[in-house]
Amino acid sequence: MIISILVLEGPYNHEASDSAYNFIQAALAKGHAIRGIFFYDDGVYNVTRLMDPPQDDRHISRRWSELGATGIDMVVCIAAAKRRGITNEVLAPNIRISGLGQLASMIHESDRIVTFGD
Amino acid sequence: MAQKGKKVMVTVRKPPHGSIYVQESIEVMFIFATYEMDLSVVFLDDGVLALHPGQDTKELGIKGFMASLGALVDWEVTNVYADRQSLKDRGIAEDAIIAIGKDDDSGAPIHPRVLDAAEIAAMMAAQHSIVSF
Repeated sequence: MIISILVLEGPYNHEASDSAYNFIQAALAKGHAIRGIFFYDDGVYNVTRLMDPPQDDRHISRRWSELGATGIDMVVCIAAAKRRGITNEVLAPNIRISGLGQLASMIHESDRIVTFGD
Repeated sequence: MAQKGKKVMVTVRKPPHGSIYVQESIEVMFIFATYEMDLSVVFLDDGVLALHPGQDTKELGIKGFMASLGALVDWEVTNVYADRQSLKDRGIAEDAIIAIGKDDDSGAPIHPRVLDAAEIAAMMAAQHSIVSF
């Protein structure tokens, strides 16, 4: 099955981001394909490279960046990002800023869209 | 108008002003309406509070989105529904909910169509995707 993911909550503050990541790992392990991951609302905070958590905790933006390195399309909504100060300068590698049209494309090209939010 | 594509539903479940969920879901509706999809929108659970008349966010110091909500039809977001039980549970009269636009010819206000849960469930079952806010 081809799946896309919508992340609506920021890192650490809410479980949605971790749940999305764990869901993706489980889906990939079962042989499903991830067409793309779209970060919206406070979800855009997931992908700042300025993030610097304690070393014994998970590094959420690095995790997303590593997923992007495998070829999964990682997109941050430009309108939501502008509102919150997430720009190309602070973006983690393998992630791009684009418009909500990319979410429409992901939906069009996937069998399922799974939303992780509050 | 472009050929309509896959059936996509946006659900609005959050109350209107405690978070940005409803506001940013409206931005999704506006953009999706420009794409080739058969778009529908359903307000349910606390999401129906967004349809409560007379909301004004000036005192909150928030720009708010009531103007956008009142212009959904102008943006070609026309298949808009509200869950009957959610309205009832929150004491909102079905005939009091806000208009989402005006009829081009008569100028009569257009309101979200109030549906029973079973009708909404049947619509959901027919969707290619549901995007939940």
